[in-house]
Amino acid sequence: MRQTWRPDLEDISHLKHTPLNALHLSLGARMVPFAGYDMPVQYPEGVLKEHLHTRAAAGLFDVSHMGQITVRPRSGRIEDAALALEKLVPVDVLGLAEGRQRYGLFTNDEGGILDDLMITNLGDHLFLVVNAACKDADFEHLKKGLGDTCEVTMLDDRALVALQGPRAEAVLCELWADVASMRFLDVAEADLHDVACIISRSGYTGEDGFEISIPVASAVDVTQRLLEHPDVMPIGLGARDSLRLEAGLCLYGNDIDTGTTPVEAALEWAIQKSRRSGGVRAGGFPGAERILAEFANGAKRRRVGLKPEGRAPVRGGAKVYADADGKVAVGAVTSGGFGPSVDGPVAMGYVDAAQAGNGTKLYAEVRGKYLPLTVTALPFVKQTYKR
Amino acid sequence: MLKFTEEHEWLKIEGDVATVGITEHAAGQLGDLVFVELPEAGASFARGDSAATVESVKAASDVYCPLDGEIVEVNQAIVDDPSLVNSDPQGAAWFFKLKLADPSAANALLDEAAYKELVA
Repeated sequence: MRQTWRPDLEDISHLKHTPLNALHLSLGARMVPFAGYDMPVQYPEGVLKEHLHTRAAAGLFDVSHMGQITVRPRSGRIEDAALALEKLVPVDVLGLAEGRQRYGLFTNDEGGILDDLMITNLGDHLFLVVNAACKDADFEHLKKGLGDTCEVTMLDDRALVALQGPRAEAVLCELWADVASMRFLDVAEADLHDVACIISRSGYTGEDGFEISIPVASAVDVTQRLLEHPDVMPIGLGARDSLRLEAGLCLYGNDIDTGTTPVEAALEWAIQKSRRSGGVRAGGFPGAERILAEFANGAKRRRVGLKPEGRAPVRGGAKVYADADGKVAVGAVTSGGFGPSVDGPVAMGYVDAAQAGNGTKLYAEVRGKYLPLTVTALPFVKQTYKR
Repeated sequence: MLKFTEEHEWLKIEGDVATVGITEHAAGQLGDLVFVELPEAGASFARGDSAATVESVKAASDVYCPLDGEIVEVNQAIVDDPSLVNSDPQGAAWFFKLKLADPSAANALLDEAAYKELVA
């Protein structure tokens, strides 16, 4: 059989380690290279159990490889940092209240997506979380775009863990912090066991949960305390991917990249009214002309959910056709696999706008066969955010 | 006679028919299997051809035909329940039976001791 599962064949000597690397190894994790880091793909329980445990109780993820960046206005006025950042993202940053977080996108002049990120207003500065593979480029992009008005700093001294699932709130409340009053996308600076952390009620699994930014010196301590709770299980990249796919959330580099626009990606919700045509601060971000035109006229293609009919997973890269003979190409799958909570294959991808309506029957080419799939509303599992 | 390939298939050879599966080591490395696609009885394969596919939550992998031959039987039980491959890879979860074109070619495959050394 093919040895796709043998990461030991790759040169891993150049990989970076998160502050939790030794902890992963002590937990029996299988490690793989991911975005330049040596990361746990699964623990001994395996991807299926890890996935289902996160949806039933609470899963703990190391996301320390992601970039944490602060943007501090030199003037001291948070409005100046917000307006500066609005030059790079089609997002209402000025209207983001203190202690609130919002999903955002860096766009390029062609309207493509450079990265997706989370933006938080922490009162006197902005706190950003960006993807690991993009973080150095994002940092340079921010310095170039905002450096004259803001101090942009990469926080290399903080770890980041996500606690996700229906028991996440109870676990955190029991251990340390009264987070029950926080709503989805609220952010609080709070002490966990005398460690100054930044806690956001957010995550990327479709479940209620929290992301916790922890000073490196205390990262192992805090993480171990969380893992000691009987409801908490460590979760690797394998289940992280199946959870976010079931939740219909984009993975940068797979579902969105510099060749996709926010409207093609069905991410209009990430562009608030104030930045759209007719809004108080319409446009003014890279690629605004194309993106706002697509708002008005629609995009030629669209990201959609795709539900394969049989049991065979349809993976990213599979071509999608309107007919069962593979004659009329209409798009491609960008993410696909087995959804343990759905108990069947799930996928998403881009198809021509004419084929993007829910219920449309399409066919994906898998190993020379054309497997039927149906355009399906996302997410595949109900989100349980505490709004 | 029990034989193994460097690509992690096992073969139990009885006369000119080999029962073929993937090794415990391979099943462990793949993790939870969620889908198995088997060849059709009557199909012929050369050594190294992709004869079956296994899919975990995360990825698809080919299972290669370990020797030249014709498929004479497939194991529907692992199609119905792919997790059998994880729980009993070298027993109930065989993949297919292969009528060998040249049974003596099996001599070139690994024996159990050599395979164990390979994955140690």
